[in-house]
Amino acid sequence: MRAGDLIGTDRSSASGQRREGTAADIDYAWQVLADVPDPEVPAVSVVELGIVREVSWQDGHLHVLVTPTYSGCPATEFIEQLIREALEDAGFAEPQLQQKLDPAWTTDWITDAGREKLRAFGIAPPVGSSSKRSLLGEAPQVQCPHCGSEHTEQISEFGSTACKALYRCRDCLEPFDYFKCI
Amino acid sequence: MTKYDELTEFLLLLGDSAMVQGQRLCEWCGRAPAVEEEMALMNVGLDLVGQARNWLEYAAERINDGRDADMLAFRRDERAYRNLLLVEQPNGDFAVTMVKQFLYDAWQYHLLEALTESADEQVAAIAKKSLKEVTYHLRRSSEWMERLGDGTEESHARMEAAIDTVWRFTFELHRCDAGMQALAAAGVIPQADELAQRWQTTVADVLEKSTLTMPEAARSFYLNGRDGMHSEHLGILLAEMQFLQRAYPDASW
Repeated sequence: MRAGDLIGTDRSSASGQRREGTAADIDYAWQVLADVPDPEVPAVSVVELGIVREVSWQDGHLHVLVTPTYSGCPATEFIEQLIREALEDAGFAEPQLQQKLDPAWTTDWITDAGREKLRAFGIAPPVGSSSKRSLLGEAPQVQCPHCGSEHTEQISEFGSTACKALYRCRDCLEPFDYFKCI
Repeated sequence: MTKYDELTEFLLLLGDSAMVQGQRLCEWCGRAPAVEEEMALMNVGLDLVGQARNWLEYAAERINDGRDADMLAFRRDERAYRNLLLVEQPNGDFAVTMVKQFLYDAWQYHLLEALTESADEQVAAIAKKSLKEVTYHLRRSSEWMERLGDGTEESHARMEAAIDTVWRFTFELHRCDAGMQALAAAGVIPQADELAQRWQTTVADVLEKSTLTMPEAARSFYLNGRDGMHSEHLGILLAEMQFLQRAYPDASW
């Protein structure tokens, strides 16, 4: 039986009482979440993207705090649905999801492994750390995810999704998405 | 028009303005001068619709009469919308669209920056989230102002004409009524005159770089978005935006 099985359900003990989760259950929930892909960038998981902020146990249910990447990201609700389904499939009964806006999501929360996977997927990861300067300042030196050249240029400040900008490599001539630093 | 408490009225001003500006931008879908520019306009619009949802959800929670953010957006009549007159104006050519966007971005930027310190936690949280997006919007629209203002004779003339067209609606950006004074005194929103000054500085700076003329401060006239007294353009915009929910109430994906 997996660690998450039957937790929070009335089948979890002979007396029919819900039991509170343990640290091992929380760890297991994080493992489950680590396999939930972002629907628009399936190469990275919601954990690697840094949008799962907190997993805890409250009143007999697993409680997950999720933050949106952008206010208008159309994937936000779909992501919550994927997270809910994955947790239920893993045996967590009625997981409670809550959206948390503050502190606002930043690309600094994308894990190192997540950045590497973005690059392998053909999306240049955010350069540097987020600050007001990176939002207002000059375009950063972005490395081409295909050939590694730094000889690249921005085509558009926006790309296929709200979180990306469109770039082009001047060496291998391939266009690519850049994950904007915010 | 039903009037709510001061904070709810203010949330509707922010939410409705973002909603209407987002809807206007979406009118460029399939018509923008270049595909990259179209994506940019749609992305900014998407950010604004998302921000509108956050503001309207909070407003709906406070109104607490069973309506949610969608109901507020899709089932309210023109007279119940509190948005700025500026954002409901037609897109015109690309110059008008960009001038409107820039004047609105500068307003949003300084307002949201101050709201991150709001005494109301939820207002501060939504402001912090929105500010990152709006910072990017303002950078982009400022760059377009400069490129077009200091561009060719044609682009410069069109930008001057665009400013003439929409400037008169800017009188409303810093209007402060009794409700807003009370909110400012309670530390929920910034003081209107400080905000006006920051907006003025940013706009003057960008217009100068863009070799464009900064008009004198606009004078108020009888229209007033916050009281639902809109120009004739809002009704037409809402008719299109609300059609589906009006024709097929509660339709969902």
